[in-house]
Amino acid sequence: MTAAVKLEGGTDSPYALSHLDALESEAVHIFREVAGEFERPVILFSGGKDSIVMLHLALKAFAPATVPFSLLHVDTGHNFPEVLEYRDRTVEKYGLRLHVASVQDYIDRGVLKERADGTRNPLQTLPLTEKIQSEKFDAVFGGGRRDEEKARAKERVFSLRDEFSQWDPRRQRPELWNLYNGRHAPGEHVRVFPLSNWTELDVWQYIDREGIELPQIYFAHEREVFRRAGMWLTAGEWGGPKDDETVEKRKVRYRTVGDMSCTGAVDSVAVTLDQVIAEIAASRLTERGATRADDKLSEAAMEDRKREGYF
Amino acid sequence: MSTTTTEELSATTLLRFATAGSVDDGKSTLVGRLLHDSKSVLADQLEAVERASASRGQDGPDLALLTDGLRAEREQGITIDVAYRYFATPRRRFILADTPGHVQYTRNMVTGASTAELTVVLVDARNGVVEQTRRHAAIAALLRVPHVVLAVNKMDLVDYEESVFAAIAEEFTAYAIELGVPEVTAIPISALAGDNVVEPSAVMDWYGGPTVLEHLETVPVSHDLAHCHARLPVQYVIRPQTAEHPDYRGYAGQIAAGTFRVGERVTVLPSGRTTTIAGIDLLGEPVDVAWTTQSVTVLLADDIDVSRGDLIVPATDAPPTTQDVEATVCHVADQPLTVGHRVLLKHGTRTVKAIVKDIPSRLTLNDLSLHPHPGQLVANDIGRVKIRTAEPLPVDSYADSRRTGSFILIDPSDGTTLTAGMVGESFAAPEPVKDETEDDGWDF
Repeated sequence: MTAAVKLEGGTDSPYALSHLDALESEAVHIFREVAGEFERPVILFSGGKDSIVMLHLALKAFAPATVPFSLLHVDTGHNFPEVLEYRDRTVEKYGLRLHVASVQDYIDRGVLKERADGTRNPLQTLPLTEKIQSEKFDAVFGGGRRDEEKARAKERVFSLRDEFSQWDPRRQRPELWNLYNGRHAPGEHVRVFPLSNWTELDVWQYIDREGIELPQIYFAHEREVFRRAGMWLTAGEWGGPKDDETVEKRKVRYRTVGDMSCTGAVDSVAVTLDQVIAEIAASRLTERGATRADDKLSEAAMEDRKREGYF
Repeated sequence: MSTTTTEELSATTLLRFATAGSVDDGKSTLVGRLLHDSKSVLADQLEAVERASASRGQDGPDLALLTDGLRAEREQGITIDVAYRYFATPRRRFILADTPGHVQYTRNMVTGASTAELTVVLVDARNGVVEQTRRHAAIAALLRVPHVVLAVNKMDLVDYEESVFAAIAEEFTAYAIELGVPEVTAIPISALAGDNVVEPSAVMDWYGGPTVLEHLETVPVSHDLAHCHARLPVQYVIRPQTAEHPDYRGYAGQIAAGTFRVGERVTVLPSGRTTTIAGIDLLGEPVDVAWTTQSVTVLLADDIDVSRGDLIVPATDAPPTTQDVEATVCHVADQPLTVGHRVLLKHGTRTVKAIVKDIPSRLTLNDLSLHPHPGQLVANDIGRVKIRTAEPLPVDSYADSRRTGSFILIDPSDGTTLTAGMVGESFAAPEPVKDETEDDGWDF
């Protein structure tokens, strides 16, 4: 980028928004459209950084009034304790209502079966779908970003789902200008992605600019981990390590937060936001490529899960 | 290569741009090179592409696989949808709407162009300006994309000959200007060899202009707001009704065009009531002035009835309200649009019932020929329509305001997005190229 750095500024008018301001304004517009057009919206809140940024944007969009949505957590039962603690504290702090769809309940009732590999991410779809149906949620905010994965790159901001939560990529509505179409039949709902146009780096820069608090697992810390499928997984009750896997203590942080069984940590010394941002800017791996076993199942793993109703 | 610091990264603006073209033009190669040479393709993505290419028996990595995200696209080796790509340089963040270029994907190109500040039109230097090029220029003109880049690709195959480039650039620029495209930047490139995409060409020393990436980094991203009609569609009324804010009543929306100031006299449409802006809240921060595309909450001095769907405008600069809308449309649904069709029309934040009164003509973008009274529009058709709405709407001409001059038509029975509409004349400087079917009245 040698040529680019030499260019001097001055071509942008004083009215040009910074990229973070532009993305923030767009996301706020999306939240307000949903508030204006839907009866029962809900924000998927995992305690991961993307859902934390979503909630922050929603709080700003409706201030000084409260957020006109409740939160929904799909609890895999394999949560990082730090994240659950953060979730409950946040709900308390802002006086929000939290719904929980529990994968463990479904396993206990025999509706879902534990997979051989111990991964519970694919098991989230049914509890999520049934909770949406039973609570009659008509708009469900997700923190998905188009830069995460190639199937997500084709997802709309307003993504229509049938009563089984299925996504049909060939029947997506074109989205023109900023005119979102939220029409849906009874039983259908719309998944809404306010962070569609954000990248991982944007999310981190925004967290930095806004001074948003995150669960500690996003920063480098000592942790007992073991190696599986090229990733560092946390040793714990969920089913790891197996006999041939050895536990060691390493300094790591998480780039994404999902089910403990398939979310890998990365080696890191970054203990501040600036250091995390510097590491991400220098990273040669995508966020999901580095840390998510669930996407490595096949070339179309994400597309297949999305079709079935995944986030 | 320089290292990118946090400080550099945070001082950037955002450019949304679109590319239109086909595999034959080298579009995938151009996009791949922009992403690759700006270090936006990461190691695991490249490995995944190399794996997938190898399993298909291809020699090298097929960079089209980076953007073709759906199973059907990869299996058929085509792009069937708009793919959004993200990359950044120290100067700017880019959102690229990568759209397929063939005529059956006109709706995808229109979708990509609707939010773009710039369109890259690709031409094969050996073929020059062809039918497809003219269509892409027409879409950019129709959607009023402020900046158009003509990338004359495969210069390596015409011996980097300046005269070849100059002739194509001259022909295209004349055509685009005639359609009302305000600015054309022509750049001779070889996406394959890397000439003038990111790095300046070592061979074409006769070219003194910017590379594609340099141009993307420096083109102005916002217009002269002083001459825009200020418009604020009200999305939502914020009423906390708490002990701390018992009487707060704020009108939330994203400023669609222009600027608003505290103390300014404003009119609320369609009621026509006039009041004064008492305060502007910019996501928690009180400000004296706000502008497009900021999301704000406006406080008004008088207690007048304002709700979602209303439009706040300067008292001295209100658009006319009308129930008869004439527009150029692009039909985006598989089911046709017919005369007599009862639809919903979404304009800004207001959705009203409407009926298609007439479809006076259909337009072929390749040569701008007109086909009067087609009876219906099918997917990818561009045409003129006359619509009657159940309630008066404050519409601007699309030429004046892309946000408040646009609308979508929705099928009320199943919610399908049918049609994208642009109010007013189609092109800024209409010049009939040829019209074999009709001589009486050029209504484009």
